[in-house]
Amino acid sequence: MATILAVDDSTSMRQMVSFTLKGAGYDVVEAADGEQALAMARGKQVNLVLTDVNMPKMDGITLIKNLRTLPNYKFTPMLMLTTESAANKKQEGKAAGATGWIVKPFNPEQLLATIKKVLG
Amino acid sequence: MSTTTGMEQFHQTFFEESLEGLDLMESALLNLDAGAVDAEMINSIFRAAHSIKGGSATFGFTALADFTHVLETLLDEVRDGSRDVSQGLVALLLRAVDALRELVAAAQGGAAVDQAAVDVLQAQLRAELGQGGGEATAATVATAAAAGGWRIHFRPHPDILRTGNDPLRILRELADLGELRVRLDDSALPEWPALDPESCLLGWDLELHAEVERAAIDEAFAWVADESTLTIEPLAAPQQDPAVDAASDPTVAGELVAERRRTDRRQSEDRRGSAATADASSIRVGTNKIDALINMVGELVITQSMLGQIGESLSLGATESQIEKLCDGLAELERNTRELQESVMRIRMLPISFAFNRFPRLVHDLGGKLDKQIDLRLSGENTELDKTVMEKISDPLVHLVRNAIDHGIETPEVRTAAGKPAVGTLHLDACHQGGNIVIEISDDGAGLNREKILGKAVERGVVSDDEVAEMTDEKICDLIFQPGFSTVDAVSDVSGRGVGMDVVRRNIQSLGGSVEVHSQQGKGSRFIIRLPLTLAILDGQLVRVGDQIYIIPLVSIIESLQAREELINLVAGMAEVYRLRDDYLSVIRLHRLFNIQADTENLTEGLLVVVEGDGQKAGVFVDELLGQQQVVIKSLESNYRRVEGVSGATILGDGSVALIMDVPGLIRLTNAPSLDAARKSA
Repeated sequence: MATILAVDDSTSMRQMVSFTLKGAGYDVVEAADGEQALAMARGKQVNLVLTDVNMPKMDGITLIKNLRTLPNYKFTPMLMLTTESAANKKQEGKAAGATGWIVKPFNPEQLLATIKKVLG
Repeated sequence: MSTTTGMEQFHQTFFEESLEGLDLMESALLNLDAGAVDAEMINSIFRAAHSIKGGSATFGFTALADFTHVLETLLDEVRDGSRDVSQGLVALLLRAVDALRELVAAAQGGAAVDQAAVDVLQAQLRAELGQGGGEATAATVATAAAAGGWRIHFRPHPDILRTGNDPLRILRELADLGELRVRLDDSALPEWPALDPESCLLGWDLELHAEVERAAIDEAFAWVADESTLTIEPLAAPQQDPAVDAASDPTVAGELVAERRRTDRRQSEDRRGSAATADASSIRVGTNKIDALINMVGELVITQSMLGQIGESLSLGATESQIEKLCDGLAELERNTRELQESVMRIRMLPISFAFNRFPRLVHDLGGKLDKQIDLRLSGENTELDKTVMEKISDPLVHLVRNAIDHGIETPEVRTAAGKPAVGTLHLDACHQGGNIVIEISDDGAGLNREKILGKAVERGVVSDDEVAEMTDEKICDLIFQPGFSTVDAVSDVSGRGVGMDVVRRNIQSLGGSVEVHSQQGKGSRFIIRLPLTLAILDGQLVRVGDQIYIIPLVSIIESLQAREELINLVAGMAEVYRLRDDYLSVIRLHRLFNIQADTENLTEGLLVVVEGDGQKAGVFVDELLGQQQVVIKSLESNYRRVEGVSGATILGDGSVALIMDVPGLIRLTNAPSLDAARKSA
């Protein structure tokens, strides 16, 4: 089964995402900020990255930009968790190499539907 | 909604992190107030609001999400520099933080929210934003379903794969909507040798034969719309006039519906809030602490198996070297056990910053209210202490800080006139000293008024006229801890209701701690609080009386001495008093109190352990002093019942039970009047 890297500085959101994905049978690794996620991604190939945008230390967009420079993350799907109001963040994220976005707030069904779509 | 199933389990975490986020926002806002505007600080404030909004929306706390949304928008403007930070804005944001705390508590199922106040504040935030009533909603584009279906011209840009997008995913998604006819355009594909497998050089012309809305197709292409050439048009292509759709004014209707839905949700949330109140208390623990614990358990298991093996071989006849090994093993087991115990204790330890963090706000608010300028300094915030101790010391600390601001630090005018800097300094410090944590609250304010305190003490009969001359500064300062003692003429609403310092001292003593004050008139006051790091273990002095062992907390012992015949007095017939230098100690005979046979009943043959509790000294008469050791406190109350003079019990190394003495309780037990009599007769 596919492994998903879930990145969010909010513990409750991370737990909720992780719980939902694990329930659907995915393997999940968690990170609390971009720096941690980058280090994890270097040590382990994941099939999809799901990241919050606003985080301390390293934000989600910088994380995506950095991940894309890694040879084995060139084509990996990377989704941003973003809010409706942040239209410019979507553009910024796309420019950094994000595959797409999931708009917050979302419920577990919406999250799973999107992930399934991307992972096929 | 079935979608929230199982989400409740994350609520507690969400509440905790929201409250932490609010604390962080508050302290960052207070720093902004001091004129330090730095981008990272504003960013962290924004991030906290943003997280709360995201979480509350996800977990369905609508009232919280609505409120935070406005706040977030405002903060976003500060962040991108389009709004300046003013004193007024900071004050407004601080009030918003307060309101959010209430909303979080309400979501948690606790107190009811003053909805009117929240609404007013929310309106103020909106007004500040310049968006009158409703939210600036993104215009909803009315999209009609095309009759026959849609024709789509899709030419992704060559580098689309480098964003992790797969055109096939989009085709699959469209195929899910209905019958999809696909025509591949590979005209851009070069010869094999020139082919770059990382570029997408294919295009597609699609016909979707399904009655779906345009929005559904837009959604499928949403992530790649900017990276492809895309045209979507109805198959039948009957040119529609968009003006016709607008006839019924959908925007207005849409807003009304949205507004009603919001109130519905709020009501349903209120109902939910009053229902279940699960208040599980938890602490977040650093993984390094748990790792240390796990390591120790591993060591312990190893040592134990080693001892087990030696035990087996011993039964076959022990050699000297085996016995040596056994002793080594036992020593190691003892060390590991102690370390394990410390590790477990440390899990309950939190840095005192959790208690200190509320003070910047308190000082800011009180200072503003009383027109005083105060520079609050915090140090030693990382000093750790037990969570329970921290929770219980919090209120006494607040009391002392309020007092320092209200009575200690003077107004700028008074300070300047006295040749002091206009800004007063209040310093909170914490550090470890032995097995204790020492918290100091010092200010450079007016200090305690010696004459006023003495006058009040005499007036209340706490101190007799004869004693006045003998009162040292230290003793006078200590008077403020007497019950009902307040020198404040006018009771302010900040502090000084007369219930005060005695309660502070009693609370601290009930934690096994002590509080003292040093003060110099005109220069300031310094309160020193000593507390045990934990309520679970205690540094004790083992004493023997007959065949019983008792434990006296080390903190309450001043000294131990052998009594001299000539210094023993009998007062009022029976009560024994021992004269120690300039002081009189009532003698507490443990053997009499517990009705046991001691080695000796003669005071000069045993030992007097001089203890202090509640500001009074006493001599505890014992046969012998044994060792000092850390003991684990077992509650006597939950296992038996409360016994005056005994604070708990412990199990000693040999398995026997020893009672732990409650020194203030012991002193209360022995009749205090005998002391007064002794002092008068002396």
